[in-house]
Amino acid sequence: MHSVIVENIIKTYGKKKEVAALSAISFEIPKGELFGLIGPDGAGKTTLFRILTTLLLADSGNARVDGFDVVKEYKSIRKRVGYMPGKFSLYPDLTVEENLNFFATIFNTSISENYDLIKDIYIQIEPFKKRRAGKLSGGMKQKLALSCALIHRPSVLFLDEPTTGVDAVSRKEFWEMLKGLKQQGITILVSTPYMDEAGLCDKVALLQNGKILSIHTPQGIVDDFSDPLWAVKSTGMLHLLNDLLALEAVKDAYPFGEFHHVVLKNESGKKELEQFVQSRAKDHAVMQAVKPDIEDCFISLMKN
Amino acid sequence: MKQFLSFVKKEFYHIGRDKRTLFILLGMPVVQILIFGFALTNEVKNSKIAVLDNSKDEASNALISQLDASRYFDLEKNLVSFNQVEEEFKRGKIKLAVIFPEHFSEDLLHLNKAQVQLIADASDPNVANTLINYASAIIMDYQSRITGNRKLPYTINTEMRMLYNPQLKGAFNFVPGVMAMVLLLVCTMMTAITIVKEKEMGTMEIMLVSPMRPQLVVLAKAVPYLLLSIVNIITILLLSVFVLELPINGSLTLLMSESILFTVVSLSLGLLISTGAASQQTAMFISLVALFLPTIMLSGFMFPVENMPLPLRIISNIVPAKWYYSIVKSVMIKGLGLQAIWKETLILGGMMVFFLTLAIKKFKIRLA
Repeated sequence: MHSVIVENIIKTYGKKKEVAALSAISFEIPKGELFGLIGPDGAGKTTLFRILTTLLLADSGNARVDGFDVVKEYKSIRKRVGYMPGKFSLYPDLTVEENLNFFATIFNTSISENYDLIKDIYIQIEPFKKRRAGKLSGGMKQKLALSCALIHRPSVLFLDEPTTGVDAVSRKEFWEMLKGLKQQGITILVSTPYMDEAGLCDKVALLQNGKILSIHTPQGIVDDFSDPLWAVKSTGMLHLLNDLLALEAVKDAYPFGEFHHVVLKNESGKKELEQFVQSRAKDHAVMQAVKPDIEDCFISLMKN
Repeated sequence: MKQFLSFVKKEFYHIGRDKRTLFILLGMPVVQILIFGFALTNEVKNSKIAVLDNSKDEASNALISQLDASRYFDLEKNLVSFNQVEEEFKRGKIKLAVIFPEHFSEDLLHLNKAQVQLIADASDPNVANTLINYASAIIMDYQSRITGNRKLPYTINTEMRMLYNPQLKGAFNFVPGVMAMVLLLVCTMMTAITIVKEKEMGTMEIMLVSPMRPQLVVLAKAVPYLLLSIVNIITILLLSVFVLELPINGSLTLLMSESILFTVVSLSLGLLISTGAASQQTAMFISLVALFLPTIMLSGFMFPVENMPLPLRIISNIVPAKWYYSIVKSVMIKGLGLQAIWKETLILGGMMVFFLTLAIKKFKIRLA
């Protein structure tokens, strides 16, 4: 049983349909999976979310959420999904408690009825329940928004860039919460522009310019990366990058933390790289083999 | 139903916590009534006049003191020569000059005919006309008194009665107008703005992805403003009865029900605007231009509709305030009952159904 089924969804914007937001997207999400949609700004993540939450109509293609068609049976979908838009969309002039109460009533439930589901999250903002939502910090706003999206025990949860603009600690906490929710059997579709968050999902889809470049488990994506990868560093990093890109054996090079990651065309390219690093000994050039992580995979997928 | 009530409650939180807006909404009718009642009035009172009395006799003195005694005129200055008249007008203080020729009394008594000249500042033609009329009336009054019972060969006496508004108070005219204006502003503009605000904030997006019916979202937004409007109607009526001493001649229940009907029409218009406007500014602009201006200009409140060219008269029929204005005047001032205003009521009712249906039909169940 799949919670979300997307088949050949096409969506264009503009009068002459000149801007393609989604070009023939298809994927499936099994029940209870934490599915990540990774992609840069403008990739089409929000558009896809809006189509699945019945807020937008696709130009063509089908989509089903929890077994219901997003066009014909939109009312049923609206009863059973939780949606957290990218923009903070609660009432800033209502208190934390009032917001939660309001959303509970709107969804025909009450806080006490589903308290166990939101308890772990809500308990962190409960000390501030008399505070107006507009005066909360970014991380607390996210927690409140998540509580509000969960209050009716949705079967599928849509989170559009929930961690954008949130500090690193809160981001980590947020993902912990998502793992907890997954154990409750809720299917979660989460989008993010941060590639480091991809590894936390069960499965990820890399979206760029309205196309899915790859769909796999994080491990699967890493395993697909077959080119040799090296990390190089020296003084004068900017020069180094240009020089690396000029090498015959180098397929790609890009800054990665304090190193530059260098993708070689094949194993035999190692020699040329070694010679190059030795020639730069006076610049303290060093090289070391690295295992590709998911970010390397995405960079290589996006450049191809 | 519980959803609906919860939404209404939330709406009251919004209104109650925005103290400044609430203050404006509740204070606006008070300020408008007071401004129109005491500052902006087209009644002519205490206009300054100058007198050039070349005869200085019994009759001219009597007339001057009568003019001065009336509440329309204040004697500003006694002039000594005709040249001064224009000077005074140029200084802009006086609105009217009264000039008595020499031998005024003698002429009046012996030749049976005397002349008095009235010169008015007609840069404002309406005021000039009114002043001339008032002054003539005072002079005629004096004449008829000295004529006494003596028989004049041919006389026609006009007897006037100002029905419904014997004191010619401006309040009779503007209170209904202010009611229409305030209700329109509160209901139409505020409802439109608050719905569009939800769109702008993104909360509408969440509301749409909820089991709550979109139509209920919109209707729930209108309820608090309906209540607020009722408070405003009561404020206006209290002020006009106790401060402006304007009686409510007709049935209060009828007046209130008609006002609520008009309020609902305005609310529906606000809802309709909100379905089309994407930003709060647009909503405000449409409300002002498409509703507020026509209300002021075409409802008959400022300018009589009967004197307008035909196209404007036709357009004025689609302005809801025109009908409401006429209803309030009939009920409040003339004291008429439903049988006199059923046509207007029916038109407003029709408009309500039309706008409301259109607003609900046009309400988007999706984002685009």
